[in-house]
Amino acid sequence: MSSASFRGARRTGPRAVLLLRTALTGATVLWPALAWAHVEKGRAEGFLAGLHHPISGLDHVLAMVSVGLWGAQLGAPAVWLLPVTFPMVMAFGGMLGLMGVPLPGVEVGIALSGILLGLAVLSEWRPPLWAAAVIVGFFAIFHGHAHGSELPPGASGLLYSVGFVVATGLLHATGIAIGVIHRWGWGRVTLRVAGAVIASAGAYFLWQAFA
Amino acid sequence: MTSALVRRAFAVAGFLLLLPAPSHAHLMNTGLGPFYDGVSHFALTPEDLLPALALALLAGQRGSRTGRLALFALPGAWLAGGFLGLAFPTIGSAMALTTVSFLALGGLVAADARLRPEWVVGLSLVVGLLHGYLNGSAMALAKLGALGLVGIVATLFVVVALASALVVTLRAPWARIAVRVAGSWIVAIGLLLLGWTFRAA
Repeated sequence: MSSASFRGARRTGPRAVLLLRTALTGATVLWPALAWAHVEKGRAEGFLAGLHHPISGLDHVLAMVSVGLWGAQLGAPAVWLLPVTFPMVMAFGGMLGLMGVPLPGVEVGIALSGILLGLAVLSEWRPPLWAAAVIVGFFAIFHGHAHGSELPPGASGLLYSVGFVVATGLLHATGIAIGVIHRWGWGRVTLRVAGAVIASAGAYFLWQAFA
Repeated sequence: MTSALVRRAFAVAGFLLLLPAPSHAHLMNTGLGPFYDGVSHFALTPEDLLPALALALLAGQRGSRTGRLALFALPGAWLAGGFLGLAFPTIGSAMALTTVSFLALGGLVAADARLRPEWVVGLSLVVGLLHGYLNGSAMALAKLGALGLVGIVATLFVVVALASALVVTLRAPWARIAVRVAGSWIVAIGLLLLGWTFRAA
């Protein structure tokens, strides 16, 4: 505080004291050291790491969001069947990855999922419900296997899995929420453009997989 | 007078700013007392919380009568199993039980399985006895005693009451589907847990 302010404090008296007390309280409140609310530190790290993992790769994010977009385009019951199918089959793929069961062409499968799901959104493809579920489930295995192979040791397996599944489900929910614009004409066009972008990104990932 | 106050305030502020000690919530050194340790144990342990939640969702899906039966069957069995665990503790791993609970209960919720009330009560008794037994064993080893177990069961009662009552009241199709989605997430967690159990070295 400058000397001019001190002079002002002398002039205003109680107001300056009140101001200083407020500043003092604010500083005390805002300057605490670390606070550990729940001391099971290693386990919390597992949950946060699991929450972060599905959103750490653009190829995964685009595929999971496009599942939601496609489901929104297809309407009920696909809008909930596809997002239910994907996490369960992906978790199965993740289980295989964790167990060390080999799966060939994982990166190619992930890239192809971007291309196919993007094209499905672009063309508003309407296959039979079972066929849509099989397509989504087939590609989910590749995504799950890639995640399962990359999961770090040491963290809490259960909390990591909880975070992982929640993040995946929220990505689908994001796709479904965006897909709500399908009810308007401009929204349908926007979704198809998004599908084209996703398919293009999938083609780029495919090129990278072979590079 | 005022200037002396200002100087004193600055001195105190400087002292407080320069000497902050780490703050630990929840009395980590002293614990919360056995009852609240039981409450926090249940609320922070997904191995117990998620199967109980899945069973509550399942009971709620089957209507108010099944929900009411499960509300007393599950905590009752959990308490009985807990006392068994306190009396005859084990140090066995609960990973297999947790995995099976996640897969079976989550799968039933996801499928919206049309089980008769007796089946849901039977499941509640089995799940409650097994999980309660493991909880009781853990309480015995941690020397929390019966009061910790009571904390667990009280929290379980509240969770089952709230979750099953919520599901019973749901009428919108999308809301009931959201419950099934929650079940599928529990299955997915169970599958990953199975992978962790048999994780390749």
